[in-house]
Amino acid sequence: MAIRNKAFAALALTSLLGVAACGSTKEDTQKEAAATPAATEEGGAAAGGGEIKEGLKIAFLPKQINNPYFTISDKGGEDAVNAVKGEYKRVGPSDTAASSQVSYINTLTTQKQDAIVISANDANAVVPALQKAKAAGIKVVTYDSDTAPEGRDLFINQAAAEDLGRSQVQLLAKQIGPEGGEIAILSATPNATNQNTWIEFMEDELKKPEYSKFKLVKIAYGNDDDQKSFEETQGLLQAYPDLKGIISPTTVGIAAAARYLQGSDAKGKVKLTGLGTPNQLRDFVKDGTIEGFELWDPGKLGYLAGYAAAALASGTITGAEGEKFTAGDLGEREVGKNGEVLLGPPTVFDANNIDDFDF
Amino acid sequence: MSASTQAAPTPASPHTTEKTSWIDAVVRAREVSLIGVLAVLVIAVSIAEPRFLNAQNLRDILLNVTIVGLLAVGQTIVVITRNIDLSVGSILGISAFATGIMFADHNVPIPLVFLGGILFGAFFGLINGVMVAWARVPSLVITLGTLYVIRGLDFAWAEGRQINAADMPDGFLSLATTEVLGFPVLPIFTIAAMVLVGVALGRSRMGRELYAIGSNPDAAVLAGIRVSRRVLGAFVASGAIAGLAGVLYASRYGTLDAVAGTGIELAAVSAVVVGGVAIFGGSGTVWGAALGALLLTTIRSALVILQIDPFWDQAIQGALLLAAIGLDAYLAMRLARELRKRRSANRV
Repeated sequence: MAIRNKAFAALALTSLLGVAACGSTKEDTQKEAAATPAATEEGGAAAGGGEIKEGLKIAFLPKQINNPYFTISDKGGEDAVNAVKGEYKRVGPSDTAASSQVSYINTLTTQKQDAIVISANDANAVVPALQKAKAAGIKVVTYDSDTAPEGRDLFINQAAAEDLGRSQVQLLAKQIGPEGGEIAILSATPNATNQNTWIEFMEDELKKPEYSKFKLVKIAYGNDDDQKSFEETQGLLQAYPDLKGIISPTTVGIAAAARYLQGSDAKGKVKLTGLGTPNQLRDFVKDGTIEGFELWDPGKLGYLAGYAAAALASGTITGAEGEKFTAGDLGEREVGKNGEVLLGPPTVFDANNIDDFDF
Repeated sequence: MSASTQAAPTPASPHTTEKTSWIDAVVRAREVSLIGVLAVLVIAVSIAEPRFLNAQNLRDILLNVTIVGLLAVGQTIVVITRNIDLSVGSILGISAFATGIMFADHNVPIPLVFLGGILFGAFFGLINGVMVAWARVPSLVITLGTLYVIRGLDFAWAEGRQINAADMPDGFLSLATTEVLGFPVLPIFTIAAMVLVGVALGRSRMGRELYAIGSNPDAAVLAGIRVSRRVLGAFVASGAIAGLAGVLYASRYGTLDAVAGTGIELAAVSAVVVGGVAIFGGSGTVWGAALGALLLTTIRSALVILQIDPFWDQAIQGALLLAAIGLDAYLAMRLARELRKRRSANRV
């Protein structure tokens, strides 16, 4: 009985902590509301200059702080911020829940950062918090995963969704050959915005006459979890014995699928392609489990985002279509439609070039 | 849940009929009703999708149960003493990362990596055990804390680094893909741990003392059992097993970062509960816990094979879990009632 009571006490304690946490979030909001007028004035004064200012406080807020992909992209961001003599900072959640970034945005707003560079876990959940940040004079740049347009000033697009979706189908079709066959997709979560957009373009690409012999039989979801992705790959091979290829447009999924294929009879027979990093897949490319896959260079993505944030915070650009800014080694970039800046076409990695890349 | 009274074996009465002793055995061996539930599930799924029963899929299920089954074995040791270890997922994660580091940065030979992983896990188990045994704070609270502390250490250590298949030796990675006479190698570790722990709990003095502690801690003290030391030992064992699970995780998935094994502690606790280990201690076996893990893994595999809509996946998984527990509890209750009836009939 004593144990039971103690357990109850523990639960009560936990829920109290939960309540306390909510309380502090609210407090942040109020503080931030109080800070707003002053911050706006500063923002107003900043507009109009032509040069990139020194000492800008630029904060990176990735989807997940421990995710290796963001480690690389944010390293690029750090390089850019250091190059413009700014103050780099990186914070973020360890889970990808829709609302997990909100408290970080609120804190950054209170700290009066000059710019927030964020990859959104959810296109809408972070918008109210970002709008408050913008009202406080903070410039908001999204990279990798966009928010609704009202939440940010610029979106640094790693690659046009259309290019990525279509090129993965083209890559797989080339590996399978003209005889075609059944193919499947192993995605992240069923609600993942990026993946779902790419998948739409994949499905559209497959409608073209040259892919008439290809049939998309299943879209499976590995939830960006090693074990789940592994099991889903097993399931695909079980359920579709004639499967010819799998596209996995997520780094966790493609690695898990490769690991499963490597140890199964289907190695080399079922083609696997998608999005992954060279370091992660080097082994599988060398032993023939994967012929080729693609990705943009995440370091350059963060780098470009860092420069864009500095340009916005210095007032040299406002995020309007047609404006130009210089992004260090990447040269001059132009703001496109809907406040988007495009990084460029994805790189295809295969046995011939994989050793030239280290990320 | 406490129908399986491992702790209190009933001496066979001389005038018991043959039928009663059979029922007696079934009630005591709670594992039998679990096997029944498992059989029902396998038959039902195989009728719907015959491919479910092919050799590759059965091997896959065995591979999938390896890690969670191992954690369930470790968890059983702790739960029997009326405690719980929620930190095993984090211990697995940090041991898996340590495994990767040992290979990638220090070229440690494979046997030493296994030893290192186990010791690493045992170390964190020791920390849990010391706090639970001597600080007298419920293990639920302590291990909930260490769950986050250890995961936090893992994040800080990894700093977003990822260790990939190319960083680990082929001999290690091939453990997860090799088979001996068609039987995968990885599950052998789990089976070995299960037999070792099962025999130790069931037959050794130390093992029986753990049951005694869980049944009635006060009585255990009065009986001269060194409760603190035994509970500490249970946590060290659970940690060491989680450490081993971390090494196997590394071999299995070949890609490691700081989130490895997040949330897997709940799967282990579910397996233990489904396996009939009483959550308030004192009864249950590792055989049951391992069967519980096998049942949960089979449910997951069945959902994938049956092409369940992924949006419904988790809800159906949970519902099947409840159905399995319900069916199992019903069977156990029916048999217990039957047994009671026969006993009282015998007495008259």
